[in-house]
Amino acid sequence: MPDSPGFAGPGSTGAAGPEATGFPLARAVRWDTVVGVLLLVVLLLSFGFVDGFGNGLNLSFLIGNTLPIALIALPMTLLVVAGEIDLSVASTAGLSGAVMGALWNAGMAIETIIPLCLLLGVVCGLVNGLLVTRLGLPSLAVTIGTLAAYRGVAQIVLGSDAVTDFPTQYLDFASGRVGDTFVPYALPPFLLLLAFAFVALHATPFGRSLFAVGANEEAARFAGIRVRRHKLWLFVATGFMASLTGVFWALHYASARYDNATGLELSVVAAVLLGGIDFDGGKGTLGGAVAGVFLLGTLQNVMSLLDVSAQSQIVVTGVLLVLSVLGPRVARQVAQARAGRRAAGRPPAVAVPGDSPPASGAG
Amino acid sequence: MTHATDSGPTPVLALDGVSKSFGAVRALRGVSLELLPGEVHALAGENGAGKSTLIKILAGVHRPDAGRVLLDGAAAAFHGPADARDAGIAVIYQEPTLFPDLSIAENIFMGRQPRRALGLLDHRAMLTATAALMARLGVALDPERPARGLSIADQQIVEIAKALSFDARVLIMDEPTAALTGSEVARLFAVVRTLREQGAAVLFISHRLEEIFAIAQRVTTLRDGAWIASEPVDGMTEDDLVRRMVGRDLDELYPKQDVVPGEVALSVRRLTREGVFTDVSFEVRRGEIVGLAGLVGAGRTEVARAVFGVDRWDGGEVDLDGRRLVNGAPSVAMAAGLALVPEDRRAQGLVMGMSIERNIALTGLRTTVRAGLMDRAAERRRSVDWAVRLRVKHARIADAVSTLSGGNQQKVVLAKWLATGPKVLIVDEPTRGIDVGTKAEVHRLLGELAADGVAIVMISSDLPEILGMADRVLVMHEGRIAAEIPRAEATEEAVMAAATGRAA
Repeated sequence: MPDSPGFAGPGSTGAAGPEATGFPLARAVRWDTVVGVLLLVVLLLSFGFVDGFGNGLNLSFLIGNTLPIALIALPMTLLVVAGEIDLSVASTAGLSGAVMGALWNAGMAIETIIPLCLLLGVVCGLVNGLLVTRLGLPSLAVTIGTLAAYRGVAQIVLGSDAVTDFPTQYLDFASGRVGDTFVPYALPPFLLLLAFAFVALHATPFGRSLFAVGANEEAARFAGIRVRRHKLWLFVATGFMASLTGVFWALHYASARYDNATGLELSVVAAVLLGGIDFDGGKGTLGGAVAGVFLLGTLQNVMSLLDVSAQSQIVVTGVLLVLSVLGPRVARQVAQARAGRRAAGRPPAVAVPGDSPPASGAG
Repeated sequence: MTHATDSGPTPVLALDGVSKSFGAVRALRGVSLELLPGEVHALAGENGAGKSTLIKILAGVHRPDAGRVLLDGAAAAFHGPADARDAGIAVIYQEPTLFPDLSIAENIFMGRQPRRALGLLDHRAMLTATAALMARLGVALDPERPARGLSIADQQIVEIAKALSFDARVLIMDEPTAALTGSEVARLFAVVRTLREQGAAVLFISHRLEEIFAIAQRVTTLRDGAWIASEPVDGMTEDDLVRRMVGRDLDELYPKQDVVPGEVALSVRRLTREGVFTDVSFEVRRGEIVGLAGLVGAGRTEVARAVFGVDRWDGGEVDLDGRRLVNGAPSVAMAAGLALVPEDRRAQGLVMGMSIERNIALTGLRTTVRAGLMDRAAERRRSVDWAVRLRVKHARIADAVSTLSGGNQQKVVLAKWLATGPKVLIVDEPTRGIDVGTKAEVHRLLGELAADGVAIVMISSDLPEILGMADRVLVMHEGRIAAEIPRAEATEEAVMAAATGRAA
């Protein structure tokens, strides 16, 4: 069932990382392709062996529950490619859900509330972005700080209330699906956003610059790229998407609470790194990231179906996070070692003891 | 396998037919070298001749692919820098690495402080030993003074004292004078002579030929990784040495074309960045190559960075072709027709992991665009065109730029900037660390660009390069322009005098 948008690109989209070192084999085994194949394998296995996986309802659950990760993963991918990170996204989502609940309780119209929440997300992103680009602080530290701060504000705004009585047509849109199919209503808008992010990263001068910024910020600056402005935009976009996710979350689960989406940043970062976006910046494809997102989402869905506890699921997410940082590195080293051996094996070969099988006695 | 063939003392440390390659680059080819006790031996050679590889082999950082390292005439195998240090070999680098918050004495005995009973530090013994080392070197530095605030010259002396405390018999000094003033050089040389008289073997590396003649007894010349000669300094002239280093006449290396300068292309007026450079004013005309000389740290690179916009300035103004440039905005400078080939190509000029094509394309992201999207065909054409025009030797244009040799990497940086069609080109150390052949190519290219009407500012620490290529030489000293010397009057002496603040 190739419904996963993750397959839109991995193999063909050219962000030409240095993994593409030359010989065709290495290009074929790029990490994002590996993740795409892995997703396919996991999906096939799940269809075959997991009870209740393949029906339309479960699949729509899978997609609907994965959408929050996927939505934030779009800007997060660009951000990590540019060498930064935003860990405050889940708190921003929680805050915008809390504000949405509080304003709804105060009697404001939902049509007014949602734009306000999105604006709030923009402000949250702007704060992160200004702290990072104007004061030169590391985004990891800044957004750990705002992770706590935004969540704290969310609790102040809404306390321990849970707001559930949003208008039905909104709730239906966020949690329903098209007829009996596996397609949630929210999927087509997501695909639009995905296409937009894909073009932005892989087909515009802006996206092209991000790879340079992430790989070597100084060289990017020396090439006339407006590094700080680019980064600021990315933080703003991330804040916007996080608050959009917060709104979606509250409607999807019909519950606005201050602790909505707690820990979601872990899943987003895990998924993005799993998809082959290098934590050090400068490498990766959006296709890979989205494949990573849906791989994580599928695993979580399958674990739920198999009655794996929520706590154990977090353990799996954490392990995946570590593996996804480790995996591409190991793959790169293997590729380098192979390239090195090939280089060593060329005509004027230096005699390496034990590397030349038909060694004729003493050297 | 006894080595001492000639009469005279056995070398403390020697290389015998040493070769070393890095990938396809042959850094050293059959190089031999003998360091005798009580002798200062100079190592001469252009950038990229293999000097730093040779030092790293002596220091145990690299192991030779072929050939032997001989210690007191016996073959030695260093498995790491610690082995070399234990064998009495110490390297003093251009930029010392002291702990700023520790005292001089603590820096010298870092990690092996003298102990008293119960494992407590014996502070007094450490101070006494440090004072003794300073006395041996004939310098007056307070052992208790923190390293922070010491001049580079004093820091080097601390490093030398540290080396002595390890009972170093061989002292390798890698361009120790690059950042020193004239009087500091004199003091350093006094220390070196003291060490020599005490029987140490010194390997001295410097780009300043007069220093080689002032301090060394013998000189070994390398060119493109090959050993050229080892001979006594007595009776040699600087020209002899340059000929050995370069391997050809200088005219060939510096194909300067005569150009009649056109109208002013770049005008810098009273540019100031506080604490870095002050009141810098100059003009560059179309077709002109203006050399910007000076010691490291004189502010040349900083002026270039500010003009281009990667750093901000605090006062002054810059006009390019009549357009006023905006403070701190490289994109504006680029749009006006300014290009900067930065001094550090790995950190500033290139994104090493990116392909050749994409590196060249980075300066054209605004031009190879159709309807807001990248025009990939145009992008590739632009990159391929320039790679071909500059004769970049590469396997495939999509290969990572890190796979290229230094000279070809530099060509990619040039391609990246020439592709913008600049009116004014600033090149900062354009031939640092590249081989002689590519160097000549770069010079020819700069000459051709000037002939085509590009205004060029060339920053270089390589004096022959400045003298060979520039129509005018501006000399910076301590953040100011100290002298402007026309081509006809530009000699090494005149430039060095201004660079060290001795000119009127």
